[in-house]
Amino acid sequence: MDRVVVGAHYGLGNFIAQRVTAVIMAVYSVIMLVVVMGGRPLSYAVWKDLFTQGWMRVATLLFAISLAWHAWIGVKEILIDYARPDSLRFTLHVIFALIIAAYLGWTIQILWR
Amino acid sequence: MSTAAAKKPRPKYLSLSALLFEIRMPVTAWVSGMHRISGALLVFPLAAWLLYLLDMSLASEQGYNHVRDVYFKHPVVKLGLLVFVWSYAHHFCAGIRFLLLDLNKGIDKQPARVSSYVVFVASVLITVYFGWRLW
Repeated sequence: MDRVVVGAHYGLGNFIAQRVTAVIMAVYSVIMLVVVMGGRPLSYAVWKDLFTQGWMRVATLLFAISLAWHAWIGVKEILIDYARPDSLRFTLHVIFALIIAAYLGWTIQILWR
Repeated sequence: MSTAAAKKPRPKYLSLSALLFEIRMPVTAWVSGMHRISGALLVFPLAAWLLYLLDMSLASEQGYNHVRDVYFKHPVVKLGLLVFVWSYAHHFCAGIRFLLLDLNKGIDKQPARVSSYVVFVASVLITVYFGWRLW
């Protein structure tokens, strides 16, 4: 029983994860914006070609994983603050875990079709 | 003990109407609250909707054309896109502000208020620009 249950470090992992994932998503968003708005006029061929490229698939997957992680921490914070009683909070936790997992699965399915 | 403070009913419970009409929250608090609301909207239902659009637009050329020429022409869909753009823009701008605050940039009262207004104005401007392009 060497688990320390007091102290300021609890939640530090979440704190850092929330910020690192935020930066990853921000960078991806800016790249995406530049590619879509600054590049060739969009057509199906251009759009499809973009998401066929290896770097784009990996970057999008990285974005999706960051989003899943970021959203999970955010949802947890919100539910802890507002969802009462605990049974409702637990139910919503489970529902959101499933939703976020489904998002990830769907993203992978779209990218590697 | 001050008599004015003693007469007030305590504890004071914060209802939604109290937050909206009785208590004047500082602009910094509004940024924080809207960061939560926009984040919640983005995770559900907007993320699901965007994935649906990405799926349809990449599945086939007909799907892509349908999204562009039929789906995006619908007023309700346009409104939904505006909600998405505002949520994303606000969450993005407010998030950058929080990252800077973490680095001790602009943590004094006045700069913190100014940056809050900047977040609100910037996200609205981005939304308006997008709306202008969409219509």
